[in-house]
Amino acid sequence: MSLLKLDRAVKNFGGLAAVNNVSFEVHKGEIVGLIGPNGAGKTTLFNVINGFYSPSKGDVFFDGKKISGMKPHILCRMGMARTFQIVKPLKRLSALHNVIASAFVRANTRARAEEIAVEALKFTNLYDDRDVLSKALPIGKRKRLEIARALATQPALLLLDESFAGLNPSELNESIEIIRKIKEKGITILIIEHHMKVIMSISDRIVVLNYGEKIAEGTPHEIGSNPLVVEAYLGEAQDA
Amino acid sequence: MVKKAVPFIALAALLVFPLVVKSDYYQHLMILVLMWVVIGSAWNLIAGYTGQVSFGDAAFFGTGAYTAGLLVTKLGWSAWWGLFFGGITAVLIAMPFGWICFRLRGAYFALATLALNEIMRHIATIWEKLTYGMLGILIVQTFASKLPYYYISLALAVISLITVRLVMRSKYGYYFLSIREDQDAAESMGINTHHYKMISLVIAAALTGVAGALYMNYMGFIDPHVVFSLHDISIMAILVGIVGGVGTQYGPAVGAFIMVAVQELFRTGGYGLISKLAKASGSETIISLSEFITKAHVMGFGILVVVAILFLPNGVVGDWNKITRLVLQKKIKGG
Ligand SMILES: Nc1ncnc2c1ncn2[C@@H]1O[C@H](COP(=O)(O)OP(=O)(O)OP(=O)(O)O)[C@@H](O)[C@H]1O
Ligand SMILES: [Mg+2]
Repeated sequence: MSLLKLDRAVKNFGGLAAVNNVSFEVHKGEIVGLIGPNGAGKTTLFNVINGFYSPSKGDVFFDGKKISGMKPHILCRMGMARTFQIVKPLKRLSALHNVIASAFVRANTRARAEEIAVEALKFTNLYDDRDVLSKALPIGKRKRLEIARALATQPALLLLDESFAGLNPSELNESIEIIRKIKEKGITILIIEHHMKVIMSISDRIVVLNYGEKIAEGTPHEIGSNPLVVEAYLGEAQDA
Repeated sequence: MVKKAVPFIALAALLVFPLVVKSDYYQHLMILVLMWVVIGSAWNLIAGYTGQVSFGDAAFFGTGAYTAGLLVTKLGWSAWWGLFFGGITAVLIAMPFGWICFRLRGAYFALATLALNEIMRHIATIWEKLTYGMLGILIVQTFASKLPYYYISLALAVISLITVRLVMRSKYGYYFLSIREDQDAAESMGINTHHYKMISLVIAAALTGVAGALYMNYMGFIDPHVVFSLHDISIMAILVGIVGGVGTQYGPAVGAFIMVAVQELFRTGGYGLISKLAKASGSETIISLSEFITKAHVMGFGILVVVAILFLPNGVVGDWNKITRLVLQKKIKGG
């Protein structure tokens, strides 16, 4: 069954179609990778799905309901959580308080919120850093804090925007492990990632964007051997 | 442990203060301090904790004050009802205002509050049928002694501090801080930022309106320029917040104390010292300069803001450790 469905979604910025006529579905329990060169419109697509922008044309459905134009806080309550490519920690709050603030959406008491937050911090290996101000965390941990905060809202669908960018190899493995564990919890994941090896190994399916348009969709194997993709994306990535 | 006891020791000292210090003058100043604790706590909630800086607190203060005054002149009620209804009318002003203006972010909201301040003052000036315009409102005070006013002010100050404390320890507090730190992150965490900004503003407006009603009761006279004053109320509220420590629980209490003292220092020209010295010097220029200084307390305020931001960006309470370190170092160096 499809948890997320995009139906010919368009997002224009003035004359630029940052997202152009994109349709695809994400099924329950899947990890779907969203890839494409810089400026392809991946983050913009997240903003359309997550309600920061309403689509200029087309529609977005979540769990069977049309959600085009709904606000992010409502979508969060409905079970959609996201992380930001450019991390947005609540800087002057500790890691724990960052996550408690997030957990309140599923908690009636402060004690319950803290319980959920502690669990999310342990899950993302941040528990030892719980009392550190989030602005003092190194980038790798701030990326994980984004994930912890998203998990604390107990989502059905998790949108991850380049959670692996800027990580060192050991952090990378740690994060891949965390993503696997999230999937085991039954949370569906749509993930933007430039790291080809990572995306190929963790995704069940991959959607490729280029200049705002979907140019391919398929299993990692199919995508790896698709000439369009190789030309638009892989070739470029290999040069870089 | 010691830190936790400070508020209780301060409260005990404040409870016995008017019994020890019988001077009307100092009791008067302390009543003002306590009133500013209420206003400062309110400003701190919306600006310090929620990050929505208000430049127009006088709009709510004046509304509360006028509500108390008009209850007497129009309805013949006691002005003390204003403590309740003044809070309500301030909220009634705050709700449509916030509903519209919280769609704007950052500096726009601050500018809108400034405009609200001016609009309210003009309304109070022009709508003579209701407000008596520039004539203002004069009522007979209930008590001749300052004691009752003192203890009522103390009670309101304590209530404000407790309210803010309870709010900040609840979900609302977390939501206000989240909004201050990052609105997009807050939205994505399931926080209806518009809604919670409104709640913060409504609480702040209610407290500020109550303070206005208290002012009417205590002073017995208000006019548009006094209670809707941009510099004496709105800017002063910001100063109380900044000097004490933005986003700290007891910052506004400390800030109120310092700022009332500073305001008084300017108003009286260093308690008359400046003009005495100027007269003693016999120089015309120095005498007129001293008069200028006395009148220019607004400028003095401005300088104080700059000094505070430069040296104590987190206010006296927020930078307390820094201050004690500096003082201790000096002592050690001085031997
Ligand atoms: N708010 C905006 N206003 C105008 N143009 C925008 C806005 N946001 C993004 N764009 C443009 O839309 C296009 C897609 O940007 P987007 O950030 O979605 O790309 P991306 O695929 O996430 O890229 P990256 O891999 O670098 O993160 C870019 O050309 C970008 O400049
Ligand atoms: Mg992006």
